[in-house]
Amino acid sequence: MSIDRFETLRKFTAARIGLGRSGPGIATPDHLAFRAAHALARDAVHTELDLAALAASLSPLGLPVLRVESRAPDQQTYLTRPDFGRRLSDASVTALQAREQGEEIAVLVAGGLSAFATASHAANLLALLVPGFRQAGLTVGPICIAPRGRVALGDEVGALLGARLVLVLIGERPGLSSPDSLGAYITVAPRLGRTDADRNCISNIRPEGMVLAEAARRILWLTDQAMTRGISGVSLKDDSDRVLLAASAQGQLLTG
Amino acid sequence: MYAHSIGGTRFSFPDLKTLLARATPHRSGDVLAGVAATTMAERVAAQMALADLPLKTFLSEAIVPYETDEVTRLIVDTHDLSAFARIAHLTVGGLRDWLLSDEADSAVLAAIAPGLTPEMAAAVSKICRAQDLILIAAKCHVTTAFRDTIGLPGRLASRLQPNHPTDDPKGILASIVDGLLLGCGDAVIGINPASDSPQRVHDLLSMLDDLRQRLEVPTQSCVLTHVTTAIDLMAGGTPVDLVFQSIAGTEATNTSFGFSLATLQEAHEAALALKRGTVGDNVMYFETGQGSALSADAHHGCDQQTIEARAYAVARRFSPLLVNTVVGFIGPEYLYNGKEIIRAGLEDHFCAKLLGVPMGCDVCYTNHAEADQDDMDLLMTSLSAAGLTFIMGIPGADDVMLGYQSTSFHDVLALRQMLGLKPAPEFASWLDRVGLTDAAGRVRPLDMPERFQTLLTAA
Repeated sequence: MSIDRFETLRKFTAARIGLGRSGPGIATPDHLAFRAAHALARDAVHTELDLAALAASLSPLGLPVLRVESRAPDQQTYLTRPDFGRRLSDASVTALQAREQGEEIAVLVAGGLSAFATASHAANLLALLVPGFRQAGLTVGPICIAPRGRVALGDEVGALLGARLVLVLIGERPGLSSPDSLGAYITVAPRLGRTDADRNCISNIRPEGMVLAEAARRILWLTDQAMTRGISGVSLKDDSDRVLLAASAQGQLLTG
Repeated sequence: MYAHSIGGTRFSFPDLKTLLARATPHRSGDVLAGVAATTMAERVAAQMALADLPLKTFLSEAIVPYETDEVTRLIVDTHDLSAFARIAHLTVGGLRDWLLSDEADSAVLAAIAPGLTPEMAAAVSKICRAQDLILIAAKCHVTTAFRDTIGLPGRLASRLQPNHPTDDPKGILASIVDGLLLGCGDAVIGINPASDSPQRVHDLLSMLDDLRQRLEVPTQSCVLTHVTTAIDLMAGGTPVDLVFQSIAGTEATNTSFGFSLATLQEAHEAALALKRGTVGDNVMYFETGQGSALSADAHHGCDQQTIEARAYAVARRFSPLLVNTVVGFIGPEYLYNGKEIIRAGLEDHFCAKLLGVPMGCDVCYTNHAEADQDDMDLLMTSLSAAGLTFIMGIPGADDVMLGYQSTSFHDVLALRQMLGLKPAPEFASWLDRVGLTDAAGRVRPLDMPERFQTLLTAA
């Protein structure tokens, strides 16, 4: 096996292809490179979300930004007690109940398992989404931010805000070569007791993965379908590719 | 009511599911669910009470209600009393001794499998030490086939998992070529797609099918999309070899996954009708993993390992080619560290093999678990000694799409060399035919065969 052959292939993937072999084992440089990547990812998991910086990055959207807290008081508890991360603290319930209702789409931004991902991409993604929502005639807001929330925290947030749909942007657990992967979850008629089957998910949103513009296109398509048809989850297939292909076949994208 | 005294203290357990939960070796998910023993003494007292329990008890006390759970109904309604007759006189403790005995050889174990319920298998696993879980599982042979034969003694197959963060066909192809050159992919070439879009899944399946035919490699392909998507794609003529679904041990969990047993039945029949297998007709690929029921809040107060074993009843109903416990993927809230992941992996493999399910293992961990590659080495080696059906082969053990660490192509080579294991026979012949193996059957570092070069040039 020539190394050159894999040099060509590596431009197509970040996967660890063509590693050196020592007998059946992995050669020392590649073996230690793996350990280094794991060390960096482990360190990333234990970093907390900087709420002040996140709120500042969201301010250009011109929407109210609300800090909410889950029932997980610290990162260690958050890691071992997902049930705490799925529910709002009593204080946050009270705060959301006190708000005026009415917006159709609620947004929750959470650190999840990679505060790095949330800090890097959430505001940029929302900068693409919010105008899209408005263009579709949908009202949006406020943006809730939670340092230690799970996806299902959005159900309680959306229900308390009286939203028709909740969008959750959350840091996904970091991989060795993707420490900054953001996930987006769409749930229609949010309320306590929703399950994963009720949600649509776009994952791996990051510059080297699902690029932000593409993620925004899919989220807007799914949101539009979900709002129109009143469904989300397994009954709502992500047919945005088919729509895109059909549009392409008609030449619409070539001129646009 | 069950009870046992240990160290002068009497511990009692109100029902069977509580007894099973308290007897389970420590894991974070059972603590999270509030069903774990609170002291070590309570745990062993529960294990002693469990050991004294007649197996017949499991036929009269359901841990999840028959009336409201179709998995329980499946377990009860398909239980084979004549197969059970040979072990009907035993207690759980007696079953452990019998399983370890010479009387329980491979043929006998295969014969009693339909007489075992998942709860019986889970119960006996809880009083087994790791060595028992390995020794007994090694006697259980479960063989399945599609384009090659999986699960024969002395074989270790691998799923080639060429995931890519954006499903880029060239990126996926690069990982597939790397894996095939390292002798991996006999269980399946299986992609976790980044998007569940039917169009995307169709394109990937078409690409895999084209690749398989061009290389004439005797294996099967799968894109791990939702079962309902696969049903639609099959109806539309997409080349689907294996139908995939994540499954669990309670109806409510499966509902949260978006399917019922009837859905699986429909998919199974549709895949069989395609007649794409050449040496067998096992057309389903399932994944499982402890903790999924609790994650969906659908565990009915049971421990996660018992619920996991119930998923194997769902699996065996549909004669799968492959089942895979993705043991460390779910995270530290269910399996906290390497020790818990290792124990869970051995339990899952043991219970599945006892029940006649072709179990492989995604020996894996996430970056928020207290585990590392050393823990994986211990688990993959133990499981291979136990006769594991297949493991994952991923470039450098780093899945760049799912963001977790599993096992590498090199790990597959290492295990085969260490334990004298070979790939599936049809696949081994192919490796030899295309010049990838030496006279001893070892995959050798070589210049790329010409047909691979052609493939890459085309890409």
